Amino acid sequence: MSERLDVRKTYKLLVGGAFPRSESGRSYEVLDAKGRFLANVAQASRKDVRDAVVAARSAQRAWWSLTPYNRGQVLYRLAEMAEARGRELAEQVGRAEGIRATEARATVARSIDRLVWYAGWCDKVAQVLGGQNPVAGPYFNFSVPVPSGVVGVLADQASSLEAFVDAVAAPLAAGNTVVALASETRPIPAALLGEMSATSDLVPGALNVLTGRTGEVAPVLASHEDVDGLDLAGADDVFAGELAALAAETVTRVLRGADPQDRGLKRLRAFVETSTVWHTIGP
Amino acid sequence: MEERPASTLSALEYDPAPESAGLARLREGYGLFIGGAFVEAADGATFETINPATEEPLARVAQAGEADVAAAVAAARRAYDKVWRKTTGAQRSKYLFRIARLIQERSRELAVLESLDNGKPIRESRDIDVPLAAAHFFYYAGWADKLEHAGFGPDPRPLGVAGQIIPWNFPLLMAAWKLAPALAAGNTCVLKPAETTPLSALVLAEILQQAELPDGVVNVVTGDGSTGAALVASPVDKVAFTGSTEVGKVIQRRLAGRPTRLTLELGGKGANIVFDDAPLDEVVEGIVDGIFFNQGHVCCAGSRLLVQESVAEDVLHRLRRRVDQLRVGDPLDKNTDVGAINSAAQLEKIRELTAWGEREGATRYTSPCALPERGYWFAPTVFTDVAQTHRIAREEVFGPVLSVLTFRTPEEAVAKANNTTYGLACGVWSEKGSRTLWVAERLRAGVVWANTYNRFDPASPFGGVRESGFGREGGRHGLEAYLDV
Repeated sequence: MSERLDVRKTYKLLVGGAFPRSESGRSYEVLDAKGRFLANVAQASRKDVRDAVVAARSAQRAWWSLTPYNRGQVLYRLAEMAEARGRELAEQVGRAEGIRATEARATVARSIDRLVWYAGWCDKVAQVLGGQNPVAGPYFNFSVPVPSGVVGVLADQASSLEAFVDAVAAPLAAGNTVVALASETRPIPAALLGEMSATSDLVPGALNVLTGRTGEVAPVLASHEDVDGLDLAGADDVFAGELAALAAETVTRVLRGADPQDRGLKRLRAFVETSTVWHTIGP
Repeated sequence: MEERPASTLSALEYDPAPESAGLARLREGYGLFIGGAFVEAADGATFETINPATEEPLARVAQAGEADVAAAVAAARRAYDKVWRKTTGAQRSKYLFRIARLIQERSRELAVLESLDNGKPIRESRDIDVPLAAAHFFYYAGWADKLEHAGFGPDPRPLGVAGQIIPWNFPLLMAAWKLAPALAAGNTCVLKPAETTPLSALVLAEILQQAELPDGVVNVVTGDGSTGAALVASPVDKVAFTGSTEVGKVIQRRLAGRPTRLTLELGGKGANIVFDDAPLDEVVEGIVDGIFFNQGHVCCAGSRLLVQESVAEDVLHRLRRRVDQLRVGDPLDKNTDVGAINSAAQLEKIRELTAWGEREGATRYTSPCALPERGYWFAPTVFTDVAQTHRIAREEVFGPVLSVLTFRTPEEAVAKANNTTYGLACGVWSEKGSRTLWVAERLRAGVVWANTYNRFDPASPFGGVRESGFGREGGRHGLEAYLDV
């Protein structure tokens, strides 16, 4: 009896809740930390980036109009999915990052815990970042944090899952939708998380995950007029400068240097706008 | 006694009630404020600031070049390292309280000076600009020793040296908006006032001397756009800019790739939305406040009136009647409603855009009020039959020019209000609370005024979304712009 041939998987993009192979039909080879072939991964084109931004924009209203309680449950559901497929995630994180199995499992555990942390934030952001303002006059004045809108994430190139989770969960928790470019050389854990999100009741298009050549697609994301915020975690200083200059054309908010293990709110605050309402008070 | 026909309102004239220009205690020349002293520019350059209501020169002011900006930034850095970062929050707090008091004590002088240099009516500089500037220092004075309770973690740190560039529409108030939170948070500052309105910031510098604020904690460099560009290019830790979206984008681009923090408060094209159930007399006052306050030189002005079709005719009828009664003229006259346009360049821009309004087919109504012969003036103007594609509906006029559009449903009102690249402020007029909140929730704007317009308070965060900029000024939120958090 001959040995069973394994069924190999090509990792695909996540755009608008669907899994296209890239409209360009291209894919690229991803190697593990030791240089061995891991898998073929779809290589996103400029057009895929634009499609993903359109999907994120149209999903934003639906995602934000869910109750905060509901958004929290959806993110928690994603954590449940990740927990259930934790072994697969750990294996891919280990191979991508070249770390021991125990370390990879610990990384996955921290990533899932981070998701749970953000899930709990959804219905607390408004109270912590907003509030009533005591103005000198007969007005009821209050500030609420509202999402910036569509956030482009250039994910960390080294930390394939933990940093990715932090970078996408924070804007999602605040009500944004996300177009994330996964690490170019270590994209598989992010692609897996994308697959899990499709079975987590996330609004289709709220999270879009693109794999491909960062240098080719990141400028398209940074310069896109309909992107409101940009997290440049995965760019070196020079590239980040170039992308930030592109983002300036439409006054896009740019985040640099947020630490995925920080327990502060830097990332959560980064893509939140304070909207202040004055209402007259009178008999 | 002269006989007047009592039935026509236009015949009711007020006697002039001018405030004395002498109260401003104008001097012939003003220097830069660097390291606690007033100095001339290194190359001796000066420029003239004029009274836009008369086109007469008011004073000569030092034009700061690159060397002066470098000296100011160095003075701010020294003051930060040697003095200010070691000054306790409680002490910073008391300096700010002192400054607030001194502004109040010199409020008449400041109000007159502001109206002379800017052209705004004394009623506004006296009742709004100056009291709000003092209130801003009072508010942030109280934060200086409570930063660990501000919600930015247990140990919020200042950023260092802040370069702050402010516009000409609220010269003193914008200086207060920039300086008060920055100082409360423990930063030192280099402030660059607008070219056409440098004087009140220099009197504020005198006040800082009187308050014995340590030398170099605040520096003021006056000049044109090149001074601002030099400040942005200098080694500051933070840039805060209020001004046009165009310049804001240039600054954001220049700072791309630098660790310098940035907040931007830029232009706007605010929609003032009137529903058919709103009390129309109050609405008309709100529309007037929204667009003719400060000659319309307001980034959050309600420059697009969106009125529900069923009441449009009635609202416009009342509005025209009200606009006719606006008194345009001498900014120092206490009866003046609308003062002078700040500069010849701004007047030209308003004329150009209103000419486009007519060219693109909108119907123009201009108040028949008499305008003074000298100075820069523009009569209150209302455009109807405006399409969303018209330049006057899309571009910031920054003048007393209102564009009127109509809508049928709340959904349409929201869609039209959000049909802009800006997102600074909007107004909603309705007696129905649920609808107001429904609309407010959907407007992409940093500030929403419900049944009021153009209200400001130091406790209330102000700032925009989208191309109106990022960051907030005012309130607890305003501290974030000056803390390393």
